[in-house]
Amino acid sequence: MNLFNIIEEIEKVDPEVNERLSPRRDAIKNFTSFGSKVAIAALPFALGSMFKKAYAGDMSTTTDVIGVLNYALTLEYLESYFYNQGTAASGLIPAADASYIADITDDENHHVTFLQTVITSLNGTPVTSPTFDLTAGNGSHNGPFSNVLTNYQTFLAVAETFEDTGVRAYKGAAPSLLGNQVVLTAALSIHAVEARHASAIRQLRANKYGASIKPWITSTAGTGNDTGISLVNANYAGEDNVMQGGVDVSKLPGATSGSTIGVAAATAAFDEPLDMASVLALLSGSFIVAH
Amino acid sequence: METQKPGVVNGSPMARRSFLKYAGAASVGLLAVAGCHKDHVIPHGGIDIGSGDYGILNYAYALEQLEAAFYIQVAATPYSGITATETAWLTDIRDHEVCHREFFKAALGAKAIPSLTTDFSKIDFSSRASVLGAAKAFEDTGVQAYDGAGYLIQNSAYLTIAGKIVSVEARHAALIRNMIKDGDYAGPDMVDSNGLNSSLAIKQVLPIANMYLKTKVSASNYDYIAS
Repeated sequence: MNLFNIIEEIEKVDPEVNERLSPRRDAIKNFTSFGSKVAIAALPFALGSMFKKAYAGDMSTTTDVIGVLNYALTLEYLESYFYNQGTAASGLIPAADASYIADITDDENHHVTFLQTVITSLNGTPVTSPTFDLTAGNGSHNGPFSNVLTNYQTFLAVAETFEDTGVRAYKGAAPSLLGNQVVLTAALSIHAVEARHASAIRQLRANKYGASIKPWITSTAGTGNDTGISLVNANYAGEDNVMQGGVDVSKLPGATSGSTIGVAAATAAFDEPLDMASVLALLSGSFIVAH
Repeated sequence: METQKPGVVNGSPMARRSFLKYAGAASVGLLAVAGCHKDHVIPHGGIDIGSGDYGILNYAYALEQLEAAFYIQVAATPYSGITATETAWLTDIRDHEVCHREFFKAALGAKAIPSLTTDFSKIDFSSRASVLGAAKAFEDTGVQAYDGAGYLIQNSAYLTIAGKIVSVEARHAALIRNMIKDGDYAGPDMVDSNGLNSSLAIKQVLPIANMYLKTKVSASNYDYIAS
């Protein structure tokens, strides 16, 4: 849930963000062509430089951009905090799964660093982490997932929801990055990693506890949520969509003669977007402690 | 944007307008400029994806045709020792890839490239290692291809569709990699130290795809012509 949303939010405060970041704008042109050659390790710096150049001489807009970047960073803090707390919780993660979960933890920590670096290179100050309640209790630490750090099954259920929601959060903002080689490609690259995580967590949950879930979200008509946890229905609202670009893909010809795709495969074959406001509404006052 | 509802793209009513009609104005103009590529046929019998958004959509259609044909074969001739769980997974993936293929075919209509003839002679369908090795290549390359071509898409509705598909390909990739080696769902060959998936340009992807195609696919507007 990084750059897609960042740029979408930027667009809300600065409708011209895409023009500012457009490859057609001379100030940016060098950076976009540079982007295809630049070492991935240097990307945060390249992005920071690009933003700085795009907003040069416009301090008020830069301030807004930093605010948006910090908002996205807040969400990344949550994912990172979740996995780091899980790793630190004695007896939670079985030894056999330690490295499996550690790889996800590393990726999320890297996403935090990535955003912090971009903000810092804009001369902004990355926000500190807000207060989280991983039980979704808004600070009571006795919310619906009260055993999230003592019960591995609950931990994996929350992880699945975070990852699936993270995947959704990227998609809605993709159009705001239209045509931008550096930023869109980086965002799509993080998006794919979140999807790998979602698949990996779902596999773990199914293998260990026999949860009847697949690595992909398989919805039924009217019910997007396939996790078996009704508490997170809102996180999956709309995943049951079968209309893609005006085509009902459930009715298209299936793999075998005379068959159709059907709702299960149609919904699993396409992940659906979720906008930033909805993501925030799902987290604030539960996982993110509201002040 | 809102979760897509029937008949609504990017918040605009879509009633009585086809998807491609809605999105097509800019692309049609581009096609007119690039005119000569519209029939997708190149001299030595191969196929060219064309240019503009239809070019990128046909690029995706070509890759989905390849993936669908592969998994149809996997399901028809299961490898030795396949488990019930593996059969269920691979059959699901087959259905997803067929869904992607049929979606592009329906969405592109008359703009679609023809059906491609595959060549899977390099794959031993009786061998788990051979099948999963090929599946890993198809899925990882698919993710890299969508990620690498996303910025070339000019219409936001198409970009959203591509985003909906690429995350499913990434879910597949993570599963196939775990089937080969548990815990390898986001291996360092695909995900770097910033937590970013690698991406590939069209001219890097098509030579890989053409290894499995009798009908060679070119992208003359994107610096690649099949040999």
